[in-house]
Amino acid sequence: MPLEPTAQLLTALPSLLDLPFREGYVSSIVYVSLYVSLVAVALSTLVSIPVAVVLGLADFRGKGFVKSAINTGMGFPSVVVGLLVLFAVSNQGPLGSLNLVFTREAMIMSQFVLATPPITAISLAAVSGVDRGVRDAARVLGGTRVDAALVVLKEARYGIATAVLAGFGRAISEVGSVLIVGGNITSADGISKTRTLTTAIQLEARQGQYETAMVLGAVLVALVLVVNAVVVRFGDRGVQR
Amino acid sequence: MSIHRREMLTALGTGALAGLAGCSGLAGGEEESADVAGETLTLTTTTSTYDTGLLDEIHGDFEEMYGVSVDAVAQGTGAALESGRNGDADVVMVHARGLEDEFMREGYGVNRRDLMFNDFVIVGPEDDPAGIEGMDSATEALTAVADAGATFVSRGDNSGTHTKELNLWEAAGTEPGGDWYQETGTGMGEALNVATQQGAYTLSDRGTFISQRSEIDLVILVQGPIEDGPEVLANPYGVMAANPGVHENANYDLAMAYIGWITSPGTQEAISSYQVDGEQLFFPEAVSEDPNFGQYVPEGWSGDSSDA
Repeated sequence: MPLEPTAQLLTALPSLLDLPFREGYVSSIVYVSLYVSLVAVALSTLVSIPVAVVLGLADFRGKGFVKSAINTGMGFPSVVVGLLVLFAVSNQGPLGSLNLVFTREAMIMSQFVLATPPITAISLAAVSGVDRGVRDAARVLGGTRVDAALVVLKEARYGIATAVLAGFGRAISEVGSVLIVGGNITSADGISKTRTLTTAIQLEARQGQYETAMVLGAVLVALVLVVNAVVVRFGDRGVQR
Repeated sequence: MSIHRREMLTALGTGALAGLAGCSGLAGGEEESADVAGETLTLTTTTSTYDTGLLDEIHGDFEEMYGVSVDAVAQGTGAALESGRNGDADVVMVHARGLEDEFMREGYGVNRRDLMFNDFVIVGPEDDPAGIEGMDSATEALTAVADAGATFVSRGDNSGTHTKELNLWEAAGTEPGGDWYQETGTGMGEALNVATQQGAYTLSDRGTFISQRSEIDLVILVQGPIEDGPEVLANPYGVMAANPGVHENANYDLAMAYIGWITSPGTQEAISSYQVDGEQLFFPEAVSEDPNFGQYVPEGWSGDSSDA
């Protein structure tokens, strides 16, 4: 039974060739999806990992509260994040003069907000899970605190890779916020400007074109699979070295 | 704090713009008019103009003519007007005259033109449990649906179609509600799908219904004025520019170029020849020997009164 949706997706794939889309349409929305999500996740990772390491290694009052706050962030509804970013970048908003509304940059902003909590939370769990002895050993061997942190980071790399993938998964599969701040725009010749796979799927579903929506869904799943495979491969090579 | 920052950003933006203007003034001294090439026009509109494929079909011509790109954002009438209020749209194209007039009166829009029309139709399952087929009054048909307690799917999304539906219920003197009345909060296409799934009635614009007819299991039961149905089901679309006096970074030049282009005889012709499944979806009404004077002059206006 659980195989059935997969089988459906697989049978939908061959029909990708005769979809009612103009040339370049699908590849352009794939490009926009990847571009927006990868940039957002890269920025999130840059912020999340230092935060996770510092939080994981430090002890201070209120640490539990900070953790809870980050975990709560994982549950942010994407539509609400979209609205908040829209208020910020709208012409009336504090960033209005930057003209970011209905642009990829605005989409990156909202996906950054969405991806950062899961990446931070899962990285934090991974860092916290590293045996305290590892850190102590690094210090005993004459390492600085930064050295100790790097050792911990290395030990936690699998968990952190999972964190980044979870953030990527949240970003690329998310539809609510990119629809609001991006506007789901293609140019008249069918080349995507701010349309992603998810918003394209939403558009097809809105028009009752469920089959086309399913095919685009299959493309999205395939894309996530490829990205995951690449990261896992990358991680394994790191171990062999 | 945040106010400060905003002022600074605005100042930065203005400075940059002034700088750019200075540059182009030096470089393009021979050119006399504002050059719009390379700019982007943001058009917020309703799902029916976009989902029927009309805008993609005609916009190529405008983009080529001016060397610009048009960002069409399909939002639904309520959201499209709200984007205009927030200064996020240069042009708004919607279909709810009451909401459009409000938008104009509030000062957010200028230079509204009637653009085109089609009509609404009441669609439902073929077996028609409320027996409304062929009725020539939309309000009587809705009353019959309510009396029969037959399922009715409402857009419930503050769109032009939703606004029309609510006006019809009001005119029918019936307060919709109860198990049979379902608000989906979705676009027209989804609402038609929901109605198909549930064997329900709904109000649809003819364009979206035609463009999706092959996917759904509903038939037209009460026609709109295009097929000699009641005039109350008329569905006129209007287009207006964002007021540059309210939002200074509205691209007014390009917005007016767009409005001029889309109300021109050539584009109006293109609109009327756009077909889906061999049927015309939109009927142009911008070009007329007898243009509607009232659309430029508020009702009750007189020379010595400054108020509308």
